[in-house]
Amino acid sequence: MAKADEAAAVITVEGLQDLLRAIRARGYRAIGPTLQNQAIVYDDIESIDDLPRGWTDEQDGGLYRLTRREDEALFGYSVGPQSWKKFLHEPRLRLWTAERRGEDTSVTPEAPPSDRLAFIGVRACEIRAIEIQDRVLVGDLYVDPHYKARREGALIVALNCGKAGGTCFCVSMHAGPRVKHGFDIALTELLDGTEHVFLVETGSDEGRAILEQIPHDLASSREVDAAEAVIAQTASSMGRQMRSDDLNELLMNNLEHPRWNEVATRCLTCANCTLVCPTCFCTSVEDASDLTGERAERWRRWDSCFTMDFSYIHGGSVRASTKSRYRQWMTHKLATWIDQFGSSGCVGCGRCITWCPVGIDITEEVCAIRGCDASAEESV
Amino acid sequence: MPQTLKACATLPHPMAPIMTPVTRFIRESEEVFTFDLAPEQVAPFMPGQFNMLYAFGVGEIPISISGDSHAPERLTHTIRAVGPVSAALGKLKAGDRVGLRGPFGVGWPIQEYKGFDVLLIAGGIGLAPLRPVIYWLLRHRAAYGRVGVLYGARTPDDLIFRAELEEWRRTPDFQLGVAVERAGPEWTGDVGYVTPLLSKLRFDPADTVAMICGPEVMFRATALALEDAGIADSRIFVSMERNMKCAIGHCGHCQFGPHFICKDGPVHPYDRVRNLLSYREL
Repeated sequence: MAKADEAAAVITVEGLQDLLRAIRARGYRAIGPTLQNQAIVYDDIESIDDLPRGWTDEQDGGLYRLTRREDEALFGYSVGPQSWKKFLHEPRLRLWTAERRGEDTSVTPEAPPSDRLAFIGVRACEIRAIEIQDRVLVGDLYVDPHYKARREGALIVALNCGKAGGTCFCVSMHAGPRVKHGFDIALTELLDGTEHVFLVETGSDEGRAILEQIPHDLASSREVDAAEAVIAQTASSMGRQMRSDDLNELLMNNLEHPRWNEVATRCLTCANCTLVCPTCFCTSVEDASDLTGERAERWRRWDSCFTMDFSYIHGGSVRASTKSRYRQWMTHKLATWIDQFGSSGCVGCGRCITWCPVGIDITEEVCAIRGCDASAEESV
Repeated sequence: MPQTLKACATLPHPMAPIMTPVTRFIRESEEVFTFDLAPEQVAPFMPGQFNMLYAFGVGEIPISISGDSHAPERLTHTIRAVGPVSAALGKLKAGDRVGLRGPFGVGWPIQEYKGFDVLLIAGGIGLAPLRPVIYWLLRHRAAYGRVGVLYGARTPDDLIFRAELEEWRRTPDFQLGVAVERAGPEWTGDVGYVTPLLSKLRFDPADTVAMICGPEVMFRATALALEDAGIADSRIFVSMERNMKCAIGHCGHCQFGPHFICKDGPVHPYDRVRNLLSYREL
C-alpha cells in the first residue's frame, strides 16, 4: 500500500454499495462502522444499509452521545470506542493447546487466521495506529504470527474525516486528518444540498483492481477541491490540541512532578484508556488445564498497565500506587515509546479522553506538566 | 552484540514452548532447587541469558540459565520456589517434562572484557545467573586478570551450590568471599552484607568489570560501593527482574522506562539504569 498515485475518481452512494459488493466478492470479510448500543462500533457489514446513516456523535472528556444529523451522511461521526486493534491484535486469543499422554506431551500452536478482512472507513489516525502496532508486533526481532496473518490479509478502505470529534487532536500528533499512505482505497464523503458522492483515491494494485470493477467517473477539479475543503475544515476544527515536539524530554525530566499526584486523586485505574487506545498493545497470558490435568491451554488477552498485577514480581507490585501507573501509561505513550520504536505511541484520536469515566484529558495533563494553562496550549 | 543469542526468533510460533525432559533434579536448600533439561534442539546461549519455563497446566516464568554455556545440551536452571509456577517446577523429578522457550535477552559482557579483573557480586538466588560467568572464567582463566566473587545469603542454610563454593575456595587465583546476614555459632565465616568484603579483594579499579545480581536494594548498595572503590559505572553491570509474560518484547510487562528487560536486558550497564532506579515505582 502506497501513497495515492493517480487522478481521483468519484462514485455515488450506489457506487459505494457496488464497492462493498466488489470487495466481498473478492473474498474479503467486510468490517465497518455500525450502530450498536448507542455507539459507533466496528463489526461485520453486508451492505451500506448497515452503516450509521445520518448519525453523528458528541464527544468530550468522559462524554459520548450519538445524535441525529440533518443530512444522510454515512460517515458523519468521528471515531467510536473501538479501533481496528480488536481485529488485528485480538482481545482474547488461544495461543496453543497441550496434551499429555503418559511420557508423551505435545504442544499444538493455534493456526494463524486465514480470513481476509476489509476494513471500511479507517481514519488517518487509525492507519497511523496500525503502523505503530506493526512496528511492535511484526517490525521487531520477534513476530506475532496471528497479528501478521491478519495484517497481511487486510484491505484498508480509508476515510478522510469530514468531522473532527470533540476530543480529536490528530493534527497535533501529525497523524491526520488526511489519509496519506497505508491504504488500498481512500474515500472522502462529499455532501452538499443536492449531491452525495465519494471522492475515491487508490493506493495499491488491489485498490485499483477493485475500483476498476465498479462504475466510477473521473473526479472533476471542483470535486477534488471540495474534498480538500472538507479535510481542511476538519483539520481546523480539532477539539483538542497538544504540543508534541518535546514530550520525551518534558515528561522524562518531570517524573516527580506534583501533577502525577494530582491526577492520581482522579484516576480510577479502570484501564478504559488502555483498552480504547488503538496502539496500546500490552497483553497477559492465562494458563489453564482441564479437570483430568492432561489437557492444557494458553490464552493471551489484552492487559493494562493500570492493573496492580501488571508489574507484580515476588514480594509485590513494582507500581503499587495510582500515580506510578498513570505515569507509566502516559510516559510510555508519549515519551519512552519514541526511544523504543522511533515514534510517539499517540495518534491523537482522543479515545482515552472520551472514554475516561472521570474525564482525565491527556492534553490537559501534558499542559499541566508543561506549566501552561489550557488556554495557552490552545494557541500553540 | 555477542552476548545475545536468540535462536528462537526464527520460530514460527515464538510463544509455543517445547516440552523438554528433566534429566537431573537437585535440592539446593529448603526453597531452592536446580534441574537440568535435555533440549531436543540444542541452542547456544550466553551467560546471563534466560529461558521461559512452563509447568504443565500451571504457567510460565522467566528463569536465568545457571549452567555452563559451553555445554548447552544440558540446560541448567536454579529456581527459588516463591509462587505457584516455581512451586510446581519444584515438584518435578527426572523424566518429567518442562515447557521450554529461549534463550532470551542480553547476557553478561564477558567477551568484551577480556584482560580485565572481574568482580562478581551475588545476593541470594542471584548467584545462579552469575554461575555461568564463573564457569566461563574458569575455562578461560588466562584471558582474564584477577577474579573475585562475593556471595551473600540470609543464613548458612540458604547457601546454594555449596560443594562448588568449597571447590572455588580451593581454586588458585580465585578470590571468594561469602557472608550471611544471620548465623548460629556453628558459622565461622563472615556475618553481614557482602559489600564490606570488597575491601578484602584485590583488583585494579581502573581495569575492573563488575557484575551484580541480587535484589534491587542489594545491587544499588553494591554499585555504590563499587563506584566508591573507583570502578566506573559504565563497567558495572546489573541483572534486573520485572514481571514478564512473553520474553519477546510484545507483552509490555517488563518495561523499565524506555527499556524492555526481556530484550534490552536482563543485564544492563549500570550507567544506563542508575538514574531511572532513583525513581520509586518506575
